[in-house]
Amino acid sequence: MRGLLSNRQALLGLTILGLFVLMALLGPLFVGDPTAFVDVPLLPPCAEHWFGTTGQGQDVLAQTIAGARVTLLIGFAVGFSVVAIGSLIGTTAGYFGGRIDDVLGLVINVFLIMPGLPLIVVIAAYLPAGPTTIATVLIITGWAWGARVIRSQTLSLRDRDFVAAARVSGESPLRIIVVEILPNMTSLLVSAFIGATVYAIGAQVGLEFLGLGDVSKVTWGTNLYWASNDAALFTGSWWTFVPTGLCVALVGFALAAVNSAIDQVGNPRLRVQRRFGQALAKAGIPAGGSTPVMRRGDD
Amino acid sequence: MTDAPSTDLLQVEDLRVEYLADGGDVCVVDGVSLRVRGGEILGLAGESGSGKTTIVQAILRLLGEPAAITGGQVLFRGEDVLAMDEEQLRRFRWKQVSLVMQSAMNALNPVMTVGEQIADAIDAHQGVAARKSRGRVAELLELVGIEPGRASAYPHELSGGMRQRVVIAMALALEPPLVFMDEPTTALDVVVQKEILEQIAALKEELGFAILFITHDLSLMLQFCTHIGVLYAGRMAESAPAKVLHEDPRHPYTVGLMNAFPDVRGRQRELRGIPGSPADPREPIPGCRFHPRCEQADERCRTQQPPLVELGPDHLCACWYHA
Repeated sequence: MRGLLSNRQALLGLTILGLFVLMALLGPLFVGDPTAFVDVPLLPPCAEHWFGTTGQGQDVLAQTIAGARVTLLIGFAVGFSVVAIGSLIGTTAGYFGGRIDDVLGLVINVFLIMPGLPLIVVIAAYLPAGPTTIATVLIITGWAWGARVIRSQTLSLRDRDFVAAARVSGESPLRIIVVEILPNMTSLLVSAFIGATVYAIGAQVGLEFLGLGDVSKVTWGTNLYWASNDAALFTGSWWTFVPTGLCVALVGFALAAVNSAIDQVGNPRLRVQRRFGQALAKAGIPAGGSTPVMRRGDD
Repeated sequence: MTDAPSTDLLQVEDLRVEYLADGGDVCVVDGVSLRVRGGEILGLAGESGSGKTTIVQAILRLLGEPAAITGGQVLFRGEDVLAMDEEQLRRFRWKQVSLVMQSAMNALNPVMTVGEQIADAIDAHQGVAARKSRGRVAELLELVGIEPGRASAYPHELSGGMRQRVVIAMALALEPPLVFMDEPTTALDVVVQKEILEQIAALKEELGFAILFITHDLSLMLQFCTHIGVLYAGRMAESAPAKVLHEDPRHPYTVGLMNAFPDVRGRQRELRGIPGSPADPREPIPGCRFHPRCEQADERCRTQQPPLVELGPDHLCACWYHA
């Protein structure tokens, strides 16, 4: 964890994420009702309404802040569930193998080959609209990737000597999986969690933008839906969609930054030695070749 | 491929290797010179982290990021290895100098048969398709004492000793005049170790190549090598013909090493270790690198680096007490 905090990339990502989480938790207390009619519709940003107003005369700042709550909650909930289900099924299939693996592997494969996006649209259209539905749909269509990767990793860890030692010493399969195997793939689990969260936020905003969510709720997705519904591009009222769009992009960026930083910290070989790279560049030697010869005094 | 004895095959002068890490430069090989003559076995001894493997890999330019060679000269039969480009290096490695890696387990690809892997080396340098080099592969396996039929075996089907023999066969595939052996027997038990060393010695007699041999086992080295270089913390402490080093070690570190193992033939004496722990290359030691662990160290040892002085024919020692 200390290594993570000394990594510039991680610090940047975590700071942005922290600000957004804070905004989602506390922000709604400081702005008024995001659905209330407050002023003339489509008012550009001004002193009274920093981000302007929507086509329905609502405050865009209030909507952007309020939207973060549902969107981030669903994003992290889906990310967590996907990894939890993936770990459960993946480790079970990988550890026990045989018949169990055959059956679970088949289920995983079926979910993998189902075309994701059309399925999401179809299920979301059938179930009652709302954030819970969207989360459910995203979990159903998203868990299989994680399960597949975790299963493979379990297969490889299962045959290591320390697992054999645990088995010989009489530990139960549950304990072996939870205490011996899972901690060895922490960085894999964390990156699966972050990947799934990014996917969930993007897919959720997309679905709601298409009108498959509950349009009466304030989320980033419905903000964009209403902006499009009110012909924001046609009327040139960019302020109705740019703040929300930027938020989605920033959260995605922050998560990606944290993810790659975790990779670097968890796998020191990925860390680039900056000084070495600079010295190579200065000497005009291409990277990745044989040991370079850089005589002292040459530079 | 035989070089007349006494001609210099490999000449390393004042080699410096540094790691350009973000935490600061770390000098791991600091001005080491050595030479290997045709048909000779030069041993490099030293504790873990003294730079043995680094020297060998730097000569072959195999060290990965962030290592860089920051000074010195490496000549192989008069050719400047440090000036070679990638293509020249590719041709130089294995054909001129081959390497037997520390662990045969990791040097062999588990999904290829050992025959294929030996044939690969031949193919890469001589452009001979694998099926045409089958006879040569069988010959090489036989040379190292493996039944030629085992060419179709995968590495996991062989024992540790057999794998090590396969790696040696690979190193000899192109009949290089010089073979680097980086702790070739460390992972094996003493019986197999003895067998393999005897085999290497016999092969050397038969084929006439020279060997640069790395180990931390000094007693093994005294038996096996013609010349020995003792490294301490990236510097050469003492180098001499094996016999001289055995009978008349001068550097306190060498003396310490000699006292640390029993002499089978000589009379019994008390075994002593060397106090302290190996030097940390991140914290450069002023003066003689060995002075914190040396019982004789005085003020000069703490401040000035001792020069490498010739004490006799081929006998060099870097110690103020013998300067």
